Amino acid sequence: MDLSGISPVLLLASLIVASTPILLAALGELVVERSGVLNLGVEGMMITGAITGFATAVATGSPALGFLGAAVGGAALSVLFAVLVLWLKSNQVATGLALTLFGLGLASMVGQAYNGIRAPEMGDIAIPLLSDIPVLGPILFRHDWVVYLGVALVAGVWWFLNRSRAGLTLRAVGENHDAAHALGYHVLRLRFLAILFGGACAGLGGAYLSLVRVPQWTEGITAGAGWIALAIVVFASWRPLRLLLGAWLFGGISVLQLNLQAARVPIPVEVLSMAPYLVTILVLVLISSGRGRAALAAPGSLGQPFHASR
Amino acid sequence: MIYLEKRPTPSRAWALATPLLAVLATMIVGGLLFAAMGKDPVLAIRTIFWDPLFGEFASYTRPQLLIKAGPLILIAIGLSFGFRAGIWNIGAEGQYILGALTGAAVGLAFYPSESRLIFPLMVLAGALGGMAWALIPGLLKVRFGTNEILVSLMLVYVATNLLAYAALGPLQNPEGMGFPGSRNLSQWSASANPELFTGTGIHWGVIAAGLSVLVAYVLLARHAFGFAVRLAGQSPRAAAFAGVSPSRLVLTCMAISGGLAGLAGVFEVTGPAGQISIDFNVGYGFTAIIVAFLGRLHPVGILLAGLLMALTYIGGEMAQLQLSLPAAAIQLFQGMLLFFLLAMDVLTQFRVRVRSGRAQAPQAVVAQPKPAQGTH
Repeated sequence: MDLSGISPVLLLASLIVASTPILLAALGELVVERSGVLNLGVEGMMITGAITGFATAVATGSPALGFLGAAVGGAALSVLFAVLVLWLKSNQVATGLALTLFGLGLASMVGQAYNGIRAPEMGDIAIPLLSDIPVLGPILFRHDWVVYLGVALVAGVWWFLNRSRAGLTLRAVGENHDAAHALGYHVLRLRFLAILFGGACAGLGGAYLSLVRVPQWTEGITAGAGWIALAIVVFASWRPLRLLLGAWLFGGISVLQLNLQAARVPIPVEVLSMAPYLVTILVLVLISSGRGRAALAAPGSLGQPFHASR
Repeated sequence: MIYLEKRPTPSRAWALATPLLAVLATMIVGGLLFAAMGKDPVLAIRTIFWDPLFGEFASYTRPQLLIKAGPLILIAIGLSFGFRAGIWNIGAEGQYILGALTGAAVGLAFYPSESRLIFPLMVLAGALGGMAWALIPGLLKVRFGTNEILVSLMLVYVATNLLAYAALGPLQNPEGMGFPGSRNLSQWSASANPELFTGTGIHWGVIAAGLSVLVAYVLLARHAFGFAVRLAGQSPRAAAFAGVSPSRLVLTCMAISGGLAGLAGVFEVTGPAGQISIDFNVGYGFTAIIVAFLGRLHPVGILLAGLLMALTYIGGEMAQLQLSLPAAAIQLFQGMLLFFLLAMDVLTQFRVRVRSGRAQAPQAVVAQPKPAQGTH
């Protein structure tokens, strides 16, 4: 066992990288849930994004186009969910599960042609001046552009939900869709757009796994990241800034357990690999109990079908 | 303009028709998909749905049908109670693994004894193991209000890691020359779960699945517990007034589903699978969710849906061998089936009405039908 090989600075820097896929997927789901829809298909949309992004990047040689393809792929899959849930009034829990099962099947079928191929490399962008700050520079300001995009999207979603008129409408639709409908808001249209955004974000998160983290296509590449993203939304009490905290926490745990594995700590590898999932459960328990229960912060119409009886 | 009108009560005719329509639609779209992949669609559909039953190798594949359907039905019956009551245990895959692990561990503790008590003891341990694993999200939900969907699912990943740990560590075959995996339980007479009637594929797990269908039918139709489950699903408030304790309902539903999933696991590991190995689980716990919905959460429906889904597994394997169709295509096929079913469910809950123009809209309010009377 050799713990001296673990550098705190490198650990924190890789934490930020490791948290990015979960952050992106969770941010999309947060917007979806604030509009009153529970999409349990995050895992399916993520893995679809992972393969469409990978395929696009390999075909074009450009990681940026790959991410675009991933966003389109994730959004395309979410259209299926939206049509079923919004217009055909299907059960959201069951439809979300179906989306995950379908997405996993679709991705592994498409992915067969891409086994063993490496993704085109993506360089880091060191932000001038800021990246030269000792300690903080390497941790925060020497990453690829998707990491910055993730953080920028958090700020953007925060601004949208709390400072823009459309965000206020979206929240109204999520809190009470009947009242919002009576006020003349287009409940289904808004929810459709939110679901599309959620799908695109999940797709980006998936592509970050296949293009940057791993970086190649492996079957079942998401390994529950989509479900962890769902848990983080609850952890964050549906607030974007706390989402960032949650994603870093989980990024930290997965990086730490990988480092401990590499340092040959006398704990079985399997037990270390369980850690992120166990911590997710622990955090869910902590956040759900005690004062300020998470359930109270949930959008009022979350998971309920909307049918305008006119 | 087309619009939907909520039915006063769900249509029974459509509830029966939609699963059949969904299967049909899946065949058509699946056929188109196979055609797009350059395979003969009719041949592919026939290989999946017809050949396992009546084809050239049917004498080999027919027993496989019950072997695959057994665990699917057993798990889906357990899940159906919770799904009816709005309790979403989607971690049956983990409970299935835990059932196999605890069952195998208890059995191997007595190796090489030849006592006849070992197999029943293993079955009991498997059921309890699966039950305990399912009670974790149940208790957390009751005590702390955590979301059972997320917790039960997280525990699947914990269970797969436990499985890998057990197969390489404590349960590894000491005479296995370092290969991962436990002793072969189906070849040790005290723990074996053999085919009971030659050529049928029936082992104890299949019998348990059949019994579970019967018991579930009686429970739902005749017992106070079934009433509580149905009431809680249709109207939680009414259930509260009727004296149904939500906490007790959560724990009971989780215990039933976990116990049955655990049973499925232990029957599998002692029979068809034979040993604890890293890739012991093959996704029955997730496919069972599709089975439960396709069967309309009704015991008889689940029986039929389980058989159908088993057919797609076997047919899928045959298509893989004969037409080199990718294995994932069947997974896609199963997901598609669930999609079509959920989409067509709209016909059960709503009437599709066509209205010529907006001017007539107020009339539609007047023309709404009175709630149906005397249908029950």
